[in-house]
Amino acid sequence: MSAHDHADHADHGHGGAAHGSLKGYLIGFFLSVILTAIPFWLVMDGVIDNKQATAVIIMAFAAVQIIVHMIFFLHMTPASEGGWSMLALIFTVILVVIVLSGSLWVMYHLNANMMPGLHEMQQMP
Amino acid sequence: MASTATTADAGPVFHLEEEHAHAEGSSTMLGFWLYLMSDCLIFAMLFAAFGVLGGNYAAGPAPKDLFDLGLVAVNTTMLLLSSITYGFAMLTMVKGRVGATQAWLGVTMLFGLAFLSIELYEFAHMIHEGATPQRSAFLSSFFTLVGTHGLHVTFGIVWMVTLMIQVARYGLIEANRRRLMCLSMFWHFLDVVWIGVFTFVYLMGTLR
Amino acid sequence: MSETLTKFIFGRLTLDSLPLHEPIVVGTFIVVALGGLALLGAITYFKLWGYLWREWFTSVDHKKIGIMYMVLGLVMLLRGFSDAIMMRLQQAIAFNGSEGYLNAHHYDQIFTAHGVIMIFFVAMPFVTGLMNFVVPLQIGARDVSFPFLNNFSFWMTVGGAILVMASLFVGEFARTGWLAYPPLSGIGYSPDVGVDYYIWALQVAGVGTTLSGINLICTIIKMRAPGMTMMRMPVFTWTSLCTNVLIVASFPVLTAVLTLLALDRYVGTNFFTNDFGGNPMMYVNLIWIWGHPEVYILILPLFGVFSEVTATFSGKRLFGYTSMVYATVVITILSYLVWLHHFFTMGSGASVNSFFGITTMIISIPTGAKIFNWLFTMYRGRIRFELPMMWTVAFMLTFTVGGMTGVLLAVPPADFVLHNSLFLIAHFHNVIIGGVLFGLFAGIAYWWPKAFGFKLDPFWGKVSFWCWVLGFWFAFMPLYILGLMGVTRRMRVFDDPSLQIWFVIAAFGAVLIACGIAAFLVQIYVSIRKRAELVDVTGDPWDGRTLEWSTSSPPPAYNFAFTPVIRDNDAWWDMKKAGYKRPLAGYKPIHMPSNTGTGVILAVFSVALGFGLIWYMWWLAALSFVCLIATAIGHTFNYHRDFDIPAAEVTQTEEARTKLLAAQG
Repeated sequence: MSAHDHADHADHGHGGAAHGSLKGYLIGFFLSVILTAIPFWLVMDGVIDNKQATAVIIMAFAAVQIIVHMIFFLHMTPASEGGWSMLALIFTVILVVIVLSGSLWVMYHLNANMMPGLHEMQQMP
Repeated sequence: MASTATTADAGPVFHLEEEHAHAEGSSTMLGFWLYLMSDCLIFAMLFAAFGVLGGNYAAGPAPKDLFDLGLVAVNTTMLLLSSITYGFAMLTMVKGRVGATQAWLGVTMLFGLAFLSIELYEFAHMIHEGATPQRSAFLSSFFTLVGTHGLHVTFGIVWMVTLMIQVARYGLIEANRRRLMCLSMFWHFLDVVWIGVFTFVYLMGTLR
Repeated sequence: MSETLTKFIFGRLTLDSLPLHEPIVVGTFIVVALGGLALLGAITYFKLWGYLWREWFTSVDHKKIGIMYMVLGLVMLLRGFSDAIMMRLQQAIAFNGSEGYLNAHHYDQIFTAHGVIMIFFVAMPFVTGLMNFVVPLQIGARDVSFPFLNNFSFWMTVGGAILVMASLFVGEFARTGWLAYPPLSGIGYSPDVGVDYYIWALQVAGVGTTLSGINLICTIIKMRAPGMTMMRMPVFTWTSLCTNVLIVASFPVLTAVLTLLALDRYVGTNFFTNDFGGNPMMYVNLIWIWGHPEVYILILPLFGVFSEVTATFSGKRLFGYTSMVYATVVITILSYLVWLHHFFTMGSGASVNSFFGITTMIISIPTGAKIFNWLFTMYRGRIRFELPMMWTVAFMLTFTVGGMTGVLLAVPPADFVLHNSLFLIAHFHNVIIGGVLFGLFAGIAYWWPKAFGFKLDPFWGKVSFWCWVLGFWFAFMPLYILGLMGVTRRMRVFDDPSLQIWFVIAAFGAVLIACGIAAFLVQIYVSIRKRAELVDVTGDPWDGRTLEWSTSSPPPAYNFAFTPVIRDNDAWWDMKKAGYKRPLAGYKPIHMPSNTGTGVILAVFSVALGFGLIWYMWWLAALSFVCLIATAIGHTFNYHRDFDIPAAEVTQTEEARTKLLAAQG
């Protein structure tokens, strides 16, 4: 990708792009360390017996950590770039959700319909 | 930017008297963000492929047999550390301290290289054990997803070297600052993708 | 030379790869080669290379890039249409034991190439070209946000087109259908270079498309003239914005899917194979996540064109501007929720099929709203039936029929009957020709005077119009009937002689369309010859409503001497009504981007990279990849990419126009 090599001239300001502060970066780092460590601990030590519950919990941690990174490292605010960054992000998140859940849903049903497992085959007349 | 006053008789204003140049590069941050969003969708596709195909081991090795979560944790630490050091590079850049910026960029690059080395070691180890990308759909999608992330990190490092040379040559001029900010977004974005990778691929794979 | 060395240098390219055994291809090659040599000779003879290189190829001017996109689209239209008429002819004669004149190997390449070329290298360049030319003018900007990137995007699109064209004479093209479904497109069933040409042509062009999408979004968001709020943007700009959002949000999907297919073919991974847990249906699922938004990428900008044309030629403000904008945005979002209707028959079951069937039917609501908006704009308007308006009316009649057959296909049980039949072919040609192509002709006729300073000849335009419209109905109505009778697509020979009459009618329609294309070319030629008669000095030949008509035709490099201030969504109409006077003094120097050849060089390396990968010439691939990266990095060391047009030059240009306007009186 050569997306970085365009338009390089003296600039007059960035329309509110933030650089963050030391405190912000440290808070973000501290939070993300915790949010990374706990899921690893949960899985590596098998803390919770129920695998599905563990999966849900680590997904929740991932979601929170992504938000932490967005706020403290990527400096996303509703105001950056006049709101367009946030709008683009929301739109992308919606698409990612549609694409991921849609694909899983479609392909799950396809497998269920077209490739019945062995035990189901045995129950067939 | 420019005066909007035109005629003295205060009739309707149809044009600006002064030249109204859009600041060069004023769109760059937004444009780069949009590029990142499109990149995000490439990763979404790879995640979708992994989500659908990730359970198809084809009687081959499963995540439990392959993943060394300790190693992944070390790897994740490298990437997290590189994120915070890049943050420090940005903070020193704002203060205009060329030397410190370069130093922090260098540290970031080292962490990036450490991350890549560990990943390559992991890949080599898996391939050595016969868990090649060709072995099963699970391994195809695993290597492609994690490998694409690794390629992005590699590209980020090449870019970082380029920027370090440019900063050394031309100083922290406005154009270079803008480029450093783009790379910052790119680098932190890769971190966000990695959160998805270690959660969905490594941790949930081990749970399966 | 030893065999290993030959193999190292040429990969799997041998003399046998040249299709010397196909007389049709050889004939085509001779014609193309002679024509190409004549063209190159003429350019050399008239010493045009320097001019073309300086003023066009390296240009970062959005207007010139837009025009180059249109030229690319037109050239590729001729190629794509020759494929179409060859298919029609084959199907019209392959009855009663006749094998027709195309063998299966060749015929399968033709229908694949037709689809790929028409979508990626005709419709996309035309649409992108139109947006590139018009959008900055409509929003009162001097250029796009990233002018160099714009030039680069164009050349990447050309690079993809070059790879597709190369496949005609060096090797072969895919024989898989335009979406190259595995496992047919896998290495097992398509071991030759056809699918690789397909993959790398689309990847190279896809980079250009994605970057141009980002570029135009930024332009629309960041470069609007003061006073132009979002809800004061012309509708064409709105639809362009939504189109480019769709491009940026869907082309990465195509890139990813084709990469996975390429990995399957090159590395031996098992994404879409039938072995080791691979799943070919996953490819179908993923590629349609790109494929459906792509349909709206093609049609949305043309909805914008029809809105501009209807308002201008009815002499009225567009009816329901706000609803038009909301309809466009709703279509943008809904287009991501319908992809499964392309493969209802795959077997995802009732719940999945009914969800996607319903979303598909819902998407026809905003589209229908648009049709009513155009009708109400025309209602009680002073309609001038100039060429663009004729295309618009033809569009409304034709597209509505196509839309309704689409809703019919959205019903899953009906789709089970009609899936992959000629009914489907008729449906999507009905919306793509009736919508996209008619819209492009409307747009070309509408903005041609803006681009070149003279109108297109109306007589030949009408000849072209009638040939196209009648040709379309003759060519595709029989396919609806055949589809209902159960004839499937992509057939080369037929057993049932009673079907032949319909194919003959369809072939007749194709001939009419050929006349339409010829008349269009004649129209351009005649208009250039008669440009003195057809000249438009005012810059506003149609009594237009939006900002692009306020500047001269063709516009100066800087578009507007002064940045306009917008007070209304029909900005130019408002200026005319409020007694706007063209400013005659006080010009300032204008800051503009400089031309650069880097885009061309990068695209050349990309084509070489693609060619190396296709033919397994690994040294070429590696070398051109290194050169590509080095050139891209080298380009970032150039910090001086702009210059100022001096005030004196602006004054000179503007005074020349003042004189022209005065002479006209």
